[in-house]
Amino acid sequence: MNDKPVIIFGILVFLAIFTFPFWHAKGNAGPVPEVQLPKDQKQCVASKEYMRTTHMQLLDGWRDSVVREGNRIYVASDGKRYNMSLQNECMKCHTDKAKFCDQCHNYLGVSPYCWDCHVAPKESK
Amino acid sequence: MLEKALKGEPRYWAWVVFLLVVIGAGFGAYLVQYTEGLTITGMSRDVTWGFYIAQFTFLVGVAASAVMLVLPYYLHHYKAFGRITILGEFLAISAVTMCLLFIIVDLGRPMRLMNVLLHPTPNSILFWDMVVLNGYLFINLFVGWAALGAERKELPPPKWTKPLIYLSIPWAVSIHTVTAFLYAGLPGRGFWLTAIMAPRFLASAFAAGPAVLIMLALLVKKLTKFDAGKEAIESLAKIITYAIILHLFFFFLEVFTVAYSAIPGHLSHLQYLYFGLHGHPSNVMPLMWLALCCGFTSIALLIVPKWRQNHKILLPAVILVFICTWIDKGIGMISGGFVPNPLHEITEYAPTGLELMITFGVYAVGALVLTILYKTAITVKQYKELT
Amino acid sequence: MMGVNRRDFLRIAGLTAAIGMGGKTAFDLLWPGQLDAAEGGVEGWWKSKTPENPLFPGDMAPGNEVPNPAELTAKRWGMALDMRKFTAATRAAVVKACNQVHNVPAIPGNQNIKWIWETSFEHAFPDLAQEYMDNEVHDLPFLVLCNHCDNPPCVRVCPTKATFRRADGIVMMDMHRCIGCRFCMAACPFGSRSFNFADPRKFFPDGKEPNPTYPTRTKGVVEKCTFCTERLAKGELPACVEVSGGAMLFGDMADSGSPVRQALRTRYAIRRKNELGTAPQVYYLI
Repeated sequence: MNDKPVIIFGILVFLAIFTFPFWHAKGNAGPVPEVQLPKDQKQCVASKEYMRTTHMQLLDGWRDSVVREGNRIYVASDGKRYNMSLQNECMKCHTDKAKFCDQCHNYLGVSPYCWDCHVAPKESK
Repeated sequence: MLEKALKGEPRYWAWVVFLLVVIGAGFGAYLVQYTEGLTITGMSRDVTWGFYIAQFTFLVGVAASAVMLVLPYYLHHYKAFGRITILGEFLAISAVTMCLLFIIVDLGRPMRLMNVLLHPTPNSILFWDMVVLNGYLFINLFVGWAALGAERKELPPPKWTKPLIYLSIPWAVSIHTVTAFLYAGLPGRGFWLTAIMAPRFLASAFAAGPAVLIMLALLVKKLTKFDAGKEAIESLAKIITYAIILHLFFFFLEVFTVAYSAIPGHLSHLQYLYFGLHGHPSNVMPLMWLALCCGFTSIALLIVPKWRQNHKILLPAVILVFICTWIDKGIGMISGGFVPNPLHEITEYAPTGLELMITFGVYAVGALVLTILYKTAITVKQYKELT
Repeated sequence: MMGVNRRDFLRIAGLTAAIGMGGKTAFDLLWPGQLDAAEGGVEGWWKSKTPENPLFPGDMAPGNEVPNPAELTAKRWGMALDMRKFTAATRAAVVKACNQVHNVPAIPGNQNIKWIWETSFEHAFPDLAQEYMDNEVHDLPFLVLCNHCDNPPCVRVCPTKATFRRADGIVMMDMHRCIGCRFCMAACPFGSRSFNFADPRKFFPDGKEPNPTYPTRTKGVVEKCTFCTERLAKGELPACVEVSGGAMLFGDMADSGSPVRQALRTRYAIRRKNELGTAPQVYYLI
């Protein structure tokens, strides 16, 4: 039995499909999203860099802390106290989910299910 | 060895395609359930488990029953089971696969399934059920596959399988015991709160499993000329006879305790199943009585050695055993346990069309696994015999 | 031509991955946002809090999580319902307050959701009902809710600790962790738990928005009364107690001076299904 051509053909098809997104996009990752930051607030619970990369772990820790341990106050490293609540605290400043959360999440193709339960502030239309 | 399943007659491929179509339909139905939620089932706030968990319970029994072959063959060196034991082990693999799938389709949030491992909780019986079912799946997979591989090379089974085989015997008992413990430890569910649930589960399993196996062996003989052996079938029939009698005996014990003590919290469930409650006839009444009739008729047919040795009688008898045990676990267990509810209200349960489609889809996955494994095993065994 | 944006790129990458080998993105593509099994960690990991970010050492570090100092605390929370004080209006107000505060949807049919609801004596206390009962008690509708048992069977059976007993006795639900196996519903002898068979948000009619300060639930998780932990944390009594006009008492069972203990000293009280040994902490003053 000589399956060589079949195998090579299979590998080629696989490579073509596998690399499809790259040549389809022509190496262009598209415009970088612009996140609308709160106008009246300068300070978040942690630095911008930290929040940008680690907010998911922070929120994940918060939800366990609130639900499971009953700790509801977050004392930031600068001593400021926050109510650990996505919908009652985070969204007080970041009032527009579409212009804040969704910007990056859409760009990265992630869809966290926070908003299946948590109620987003009414979006300004 | 699996490549043996890739060569077959058109009949074989037609069957595989048929199963794939059923699986596809079941998967489609599951997608609807996945997007809409379990609202598409007939379950309710009062009857929170339905057809899926019932089939799961029944199939755990089918899986456990492989021990009825493994024990005589490996422990007592009962040679007559030499050809059929592998069929039993592979049936167990297929059954456990279906069990796990039934658990998954029953979950409200299946994507969080791994939380059971991320947050292991030894006080939950469901945690242990997950442990024993997965363990049993792998034991049978390793043992069955290694034995078949060795047989192909005309070697005795590898030594390392010995301890696994011995382990599989108590393990088989454990899977159905733990599954009974899911139910039997809940306060306030009078129907399930009974110490005899695990033995009753095992008895009905040791009737149902071998009954399925006899049906399969006779079918395989007809389709492939692979004969599991007259003595093997006869011994299985004997096992079924004892087991179905034990099953009905245990049921009688249950009925006695419940009816003679007449404690309403326990009695009302049996009343509901067989007579209806508060003048409200139950929707499962006819089935429950049918199960009893099937059980007793099967005993009458099986208890006479001459009759059960005649396949023309044996086949209908094991079908009756199957119907009896399937209704008992696949329908009565759930409806009886949840109705009436803890507030003594009646909410009845009946599966919906989509629920049935998903159920058939899971059964088709099991049938496909079984077909591929049997095809492999039979090809290996027949090839060996021809040469 | 416009370049493909990044989201599309990832989507297509996901599809190809799905064809090729499956994987996270592929999964996410078929079921957006559902790949969450990896959350949390092996037991105890959730205690590890937010990790230090290795990318930004010395950067504004994460802070501490502490309880609210205004929180109402107890060694063992308990409740008593004074059946003499209930009127039809009180009962309705209590149920309505709970449903509104917690976004409990009104779902028609038998896949409904109930946190606190009205039922008759013989359903609330099937073991105590008898033919020749005091007419007044017999005809009195009883409010039933989660009993926050001292020995809760639901907690015993939960395979993920999604339902657990807090140090103050409250039997709590972690909606982030529940896998929806409904074992707790089979285990609860009081029928106090409800399952979200469908997306509960479908049942909030237009114009009747959910309470924006409390989450709704999502399809596939089990829910029940939580003794208003979110209100206790702010120093407020449970919503039902607040609107009950004194018909519902709430307090620390370990404190002999608490309103519940005081009432229990002088009044005859019953609990639901006492004989099962779950030790309910909701008492009914007859």
